[in-house]
Amino acid sequence: MKVNYFQSEYEVLRDKDRCIDCGICITECANEVHLRDKKGKLLAIDSKCVNCHRCVATCPVNALKIVKNEYCFRENYSWSRHDITNIYRQAETGGVLLASMGTAKEYPIYWDKILINASQVTNPSIDPLREPMETRTFLGKKNNEIEFDNDGEIVINETPFIELATPIMFSAMSYGSISLNAHKALAMAAKDLDILYNCGEGGLHESLYPYGDHTIIQVASGRFGVHSGYLESGAAIEIKIGQGAKPGIGGHLTGAKINKEISKTRMIPEGFDAISPAPHHDIYSIEDLRQLVDVLKEATDYKKPIIVKVAAVHNISSIVSGIARSGADIIAIDGFRGGTGAAPLRIKDNVGIPIELALAACDQRLREEGIRDSVSLVVGGSIRHSADIIKAIALGADAVYIGTSALIALGCHMCRACSMGNCNWGIATQREELVERLNPELGRERLVNLISAWTVELKEMMGGMGINSIEALRGNRLMLRGIGLNEKELEVLGIKSAGE
Amino acid sequence: MKREGEVRIPSGCAISGIFSKKRRLFSGEMAIDSIRVMHDRSNGLGGGFAGYGIYPEYQEYFALHVLYDDRKAKVETEEFLEEHFDVINLSKIPTRKIHAIKDEPLIWRYFVEPLRTRLMESQLEEYEYTARCVMKVNLHIKGACIISSGKNMGVFKAMGYPEDVGEFYRLEDYKGYCWTAHGRYPTNTPGWWGGAHPFSLLDVSVVHNGEISSYDANRRFMEMFGYKCTLQTDTEVIAYMIDYFHRKQGLPLDKVASILAAPLWSTIDRMEEKQKREITYLRKNFSSALITGPFSILVGFEGGLMALNDRLKLRSLVVGEKDDMVYMGSEESAIRILENDFDKLTYPKGGVPYIVKLEDQQ
Repeated sequence: MKVNYFQSEYEVLRDKDRCIDCGICITECANEVHLRDKKGKLLAIDSKCVNCHRCVATCPVNALKIVKNEYCFRENYSWSRHDITNIYRQAETGGVLLASMGTAKEYPIYWDKILINASQVTNPSIDPLREPMETRTFLGKKNNEIEFDNDGEIVINETPFIELATPIMFSAMSYGSISLNAHKALAMAAKDLDILYNCGEGGLHESLYPYGDHTIIQVASGRFGVHSGYLESGAAIEIKIGQGAKPGIGGHLTGAKINKEISKTRMIPEGFDAISPAPHHDIYSIEDLRQLVDVLKEATDYKKPIIVKVAAVHNISSIVSGIARSGADIIAIDGFRGGTGAAPLRIKDNVGIPIELALAACDQRLREEGIRDSVSLVVGGSIRHSADIIKAIALGADAVYIGTSALIALGCHMCRACSMGNCNWGIATQREELVERLNPELGRERLVNLISAWTVELKEMMGGMGINSIEALRGNRLMLRGIGLNEKELEVLGIKSAGE
Repeated sequence: MKREGEVRIPSGCAISGIFSKKRRLFSGEMAIDSIRVMHDRSNGLGGGFAGYGIYPEYQEYFALHVLYDDRKAKVETEEFLEEHFDVINLSKIPTRKIHAIKDEPLIWRYFVEPLRTRLMESQLEEYEYTARCVMKVNLHIKGACIISSGKNMGVFKAMGYPEDVGEFYRLEDYKGYCWTAHGRYPTNTPGWWGGAHPFSLLDVSVVHNGEISSYDANRRFMEMFGYKCTLQTDTEVIAYMIDYFHRKQGLPLDKVASILAAPLWSTIDRMEEKQKREITYLRKNFSSALITGPFSILVGFEGGLMALNDRLKLRSLVVGEKDDMVYMGSEESAIRILENDFDKLTYPKGGVPYIVKLEDQQ
């Protein structure tokens, strides 16, 4: 007798009065939830459902609904259903629990405890519909010393910079973890928006080389797809040290996802697992990082800014200070709520610190050391909307990375089952018939719409504060107030309490 | 209630400035007459003046104007000054008892020159050495405030309406080739003389009208270079930025203006190649020094005067010229009271500096 220790999380409800028995749900669900019994009657296997809403969204008569399964264990504050179920799972399989996207646990979201200022009487707010409002952003090392030539003219010592029309970039998601169509949509949208996307650590598919001026290429511990043409192809190079969702560990793309194109792009054999080691095996210390930075600069003729991406961990401000002194032009900090294609659940839910605190601490530390201008700071990991961006920039960021929000724009429904490779929305999958569901042109349009809308919102909030250029917002912490925060949190964030 | 410096207090204001390109000396009364017209733009919570060329007999020495809350602060400061400078002359600054000005602090003036041995030890030149000493006193000696530290110039400021402040300081007894004046309209009662304008460091003095929205971005940028913004006023941080770019980096004032009130990118994109490269370079590398929000400022410096508006011209500012005289003011009435027949009358465009210099220094 088979005993089910735990029940499925969701129930698929079919309204029999509405259902026209067309069977689209069967073809649309790659998780094989929907099927017909011997008599041809439509059934649903709840236990296979990940709640991705594909069937709901494609049902022509709105006959489907997915609801939370209300079954419950005996109530216990210490032992949640989640905890109990996971023990059953591990007792059954002996495996590490994997999960996708950012942590779902109820940690404080500091963005939501910060309020934005606006002008009243003593200075005017600025109407972005009538006055110029600038969001153009440059990322890179700044020169704080002005030199003059013999004629008294300013010497232009150009350092490598990235130029963005708005301070938003699409963060690293590798080809492999997401589909080629998703990459195409990101690349085309980045070009339209005059911003950058990041190809992640899985190399750059040859069809995307024409978007190089709008691409950040990544060099990670697995060195997948890294060759001189690749290094030359992008606008900037990012050394990935860590990821917010899984600081301290590497990655694992299963052989099943390594098809011909991915194998070619990553320069690894087809069908074999692609393992990214936890550390870079040529970086065991900060002086080693400097060497990799220099190697990449040397390889690209000192023309491209080097980004170093790290996960926000406890002593992040000293780490960032060390990186700033190691030749990096830009530092990307990824907060612990950041997304992932797959990460061990316990790491995702317990390792690292919130990006808001990490950002505030790093910006302040770099200023105290007088080296804030020697790098730009880009933050990511849970940027959900334009107000988060305003707060991030006022805390001290130069720009933000968004990953999850971009995927949601492409259709992701946050079911958090990316690692299974059956993404019904054609995003986190390599199955051809699923990838086809994501139309890159439509995806591009949706991404352009999202970022354009956010940029308008940024301008409106800036105008409200009487600020008409994004650089005057950067690090302008007087524009922020905390609500419901204790003194220590306010101190770390470097902001005053509401009412102060 | 918190004193200025412990809390940020926005304020509106009136400003005016008078300058003779031929170095003709005139008394501070002209500046008083000009600022008096704009009485309604102040609310009696601060007024002040800066005069250039007023101490010809001591022109090679730094003139320190110091406000003391009490004798203890004075003793401590004088001890510090003795340790770091040769004090050539010291005296009370003469004032006149008038009804409108009350609760005055102890107001002293020192003509000093850095002690040669200390200067050599510090490996600094005399201006940087003096600037650091001034900041040290203002930051560390409680109840002492050095409001003026340039050569052959001085700042006079107090709580009250500016015309009363001028009378209080007997400005009719001083003659200079340049005067700036300020009437303050703070939205709070700081009750402190040090918070009035002009704000000055070394030879540079700034009077300012407006409330900038970029304040904290600018402040945190300047603090990286050792400037401590103790007053938390816009004027203070603007003065520090001018000091940093003009004195320390050696950038001419028009270029400083193109950092502080940088042209819009859409304007820069239309510039001819050389200028475009240069302005882009400055804006990119010193983006944290961009000032947004309304301001009009008059910057007095050795041998010159600069007027500058924010990029959107959110504050009024007018400049009139007649022969060798240049008049600047928040309102036209403030300069018409002095001269009604201008050779040239200009409303400087947003972000475009209006700079005048002594003819013998050009």
